[in-house]
Amino acid sequence: MSGSILFNAIVLLAGAVICVPIAKRLGLSSVLGYLLAGILIGPYVLGFIGNEGEDIMHFAEFGVVMMLFLIGLEIEPKNFWQMRKTIVGMGGAQVILTMLLSYFILILLGLNWQVALTISMAIALSSTAIALQTLKEKGLMDTTYGVSSFSILLFQDIIVIVMLAVIPLLAKTDDIPPAATSVTTEAHRSLLDSLPIGLQALAVFSSVILVVILGRYVIVPMLRLVAKARVRELLTASSLFIVVSISFLMELVGLSPALGAFLAGVVLATSEFKHELESTLEPFKGLLLGLFFMAVGASINFVVLSTYPLTITGLLLGTILLKAIVLFIVGSIFNLKLDQKLLLTVGLAQVGEFAFVLLSFAFDLNILNTEQLDMMLVVTALSMTIAPILGIINERLILPKVGTKEAEKRPIDHIAKTHKVILVGFGHFGSTVGRFLRASGVEATILDHDSNRVDLLRKMGFEVYYGDATRIDLLESAGITEAKILICSIDNPDVAIPFAKTLIKKYPHLKLMFRAKNRYDAYELLELGIQNVYRESLDTSVKMAADVLANMGHRKYTVHRQSQKFIQYDEEMLRKLTEKPKDTKEYIFKVREEIKKQEEQLEEDLKRGIIDDSRQWNSEEMRLAAKKNGEA
Amino acid sequence: MKNVLVLFAHPKFEHSKTNKALVDKIQNREGITFHDLYERYPDFNIDLPKEKELLNTHDVIIWHHPFYWYNCPPLMKQWIDVVLEFNWAYGPKGNALQDKKCLNVITTGGTREVYCSSGNNHYSVNEFLRPFEQTARLCGMEYLPPFTVMGTHNLSKEDLEIHVNQYDQLISALQEDKAFKITKDCDFLNDTPLLKKIKTNER
Repeated sequence: MSGSILFNAIVLLAGAVICVPIAKRLGLSSVLGYLLAGILIGPYVLGFIGNEGEDIMHFAEFGVVMMLFLIGLEIEPKNFWQMRKTIVGMGGAQVILTMLLSYFILILLGLNWQVALTISMAIALSSTAIALQTLKEKGLMDTTYGVSSFSILLFQDIIVIVMLAVIPLLAKTDDIPPAATSVTTEAHRSLLDSLPIGLQALAVFSSVILVVILGRYVIVPMLRLVAKARVRELLTASSLFIVVSISFLMELVGLSPALGAFLAGVVLATSEFKHELESTLEPFKGLLLGLFFMAVGASINFVVLSTYPLTITGLLLGTILLKAIVLFIVGSIFNLKLDQKLLLTVGLAQVGEFAFVLLSFAFDLNILNTEQLDMMLVVTALSMTIAPILGIINERLILPKVGTKEAEKRPIDHIAKTHKVILVGFGHFGSTVGRFLRASGVEATILDHDSNRVDLLRKMGFEVYYGDATRIDLLESAGITEAKILICSIDNPDVAIPFAKTLIKKYPHLKLMFRAKNRYDAYELLELGIQNVYRESLDTSVKMAADVLANMGHRKYTVHRQSQKFIQYDEEMLRKLTEKPKDTKEYIFKVREEIKKQEEQLEEDLKRGIIDDSRQWNSEEMRLAAKKNGEA
Repeated sequence: MKNVLVLFAHPKFEHSKTNKALVDKIQNREGITFHDLYERYPDFNIDLPKEKELLNTHDVIIWHHPFYWYNCPPLMKQWIDVVLEFNWAYGPKGNALQDKKCLNVITTGGTREVYCSSGNNHYSVNEFLRPFEQTARLCGMEYLPPFTVMGTHNLSKEDLEIHVNQYDQLISALQEDKAFKITKDCDFLNDTPLLKKIKTNER
């Protein structure tokens, strides 16, 4: 059935197009949709994709690399440095504990120590792709649970290099077959193998430095040059070029490409091209990750599964349980709250994509036999499939009963009941809104998804509901039906805009006041008919410009009036440009649309000219009139 | 030596010739505090404790402003409304400003001739300034006649120069706390013999 590239592409794309929307509609994550699509089109169900699934997987692993690059872009170097203790502490504890426990259990099961060690290394690693994709989709990256997960995953990315270096030492030296350098093991094969260890370490170290220097002094100037050429697809090409060449460099010296890409991302996080890179790479990342998940689904060997159903079920459950216990312990050591711990435990309890690499590598070195390899690959793939399901069970059935409750019973006073204000999100933006309201005697009902914050706020006497504010049932229990005003301070437009749509449809009488990240989100919100849109980038930046003028010697009161006028003018123009018809609403054209809007905006500025209020308090005209009178 | 506080209010100071000359002359003098209200409070959000402290540490309060629509610019009025608190500046327990001296220094476009019963403006400047006078009185301050620079629409360079020097001299006199026994009969401080002398000297 399979064969041509076009046919494979059709099958994969069709699988994604059919399964992912269904999964989404059922309220499951897209990861699960892709995995199920993979199983469906794989060799054991419909058989559209044969053994090439594994090759696709290797290709699609690049999606993970891109994801880490994109994550790096969002972390500024300073913040990364602040995380170093969490990374080494939590990550180290997780890897060491998991390896120790699984090693002894495997030894007890009668495996020899080399096999036990290899498998325990594979088990210690979790799936960056699944865990981070889920975190991003739910907007939980900035919670304690999100940061902890990310730290552990990053540590695993680093430690996998050591593991790949150690595995060859486990092989019986006399029978390393030439196959050890086959395609599947390219990760460890590097230019440096012939060098002594000291020089290798030096090369690794200097290539990391090289990435940092390249980022600063080569990539940014290169992007500036490309930007000047004004050819859009060239920017896409250079974004891909950056990621691919850094991965290549990393593989050359035997480092994990994902780690290199992450580092490059961090370096570029402070450059002016941050958002360009993000918006060009995002679709590639999404597609490749989807492909990767499908490949994982397709690679589940149902023959092995049906041959050893009990062994595999036992191994699978044992592995997940063991990982979960270790994660729970690590969470306890680092003082996570119960529900954050549970999220962490379930979120990282699967075996990750690195296991495929490690296990195949060990097989090539004759450390594992075919049976062991097949079984472990099935366990890995199944654990990745089960992980999102466990996540849903945890979220829907367990979490509401333990830890931070969704709601807390407390008497509602009358004013709160009749003039109810709901404030969604209590981060940097929302907390300022909420604090000011409280300072003015208005107690908003707060919805937030960070349980640490929720507990603190409850201690401070706020009425807080915990959970995903976009869930209708939570909104209902927070009293949305009696509320007059809903304030949305969610910073992620991908969450905020669908949220706005739901609210408009379900609660047409509710007054909506929305935070907009920037002008473009504001356009979208205005188009939905929301009148009260607050751009976080407007008032503060005008205030800054006003201070600049004041520092240059302009009178502060004049500047103050100018800035008020400017804000008013900007708001008017925003509304004017919103009314203009758009070319299309598709995501792909969004960037082009944004540039067009900016052009229109700058044109309006030109038409308007310098803000002028010389008519006020102008004695010059009066002076001239007085002179004329005198002469006459 | 008396401490002099000049409360200056001008919404468009950068366009004013007369006030620029007046302010340039006196603002860096020793022993006076020049307080530019529109520069300090562009958003009209007056720092009350700070203003009270300023008043406490000064003996002479000058309301220096252009005369717009027979009144002070709005921020000066805001200052009066906010700072002169009940039971601090006035009222049974309000004695913070007791026995301080207070006066208006104003610039007007129209000449002294248009500010009289037969002129366009119908009333004299002193009559228009009654609210300030009474405000000062209610706060237990001694209200002095205003120092005025009038007819700024048609003021010659030389005349402006004279006014500037008079203002400077006025500040000195206020600091030395002299010459004001004879002001009782004058409508304007400009007409006191002390300042009149400057006029003749310069000419």
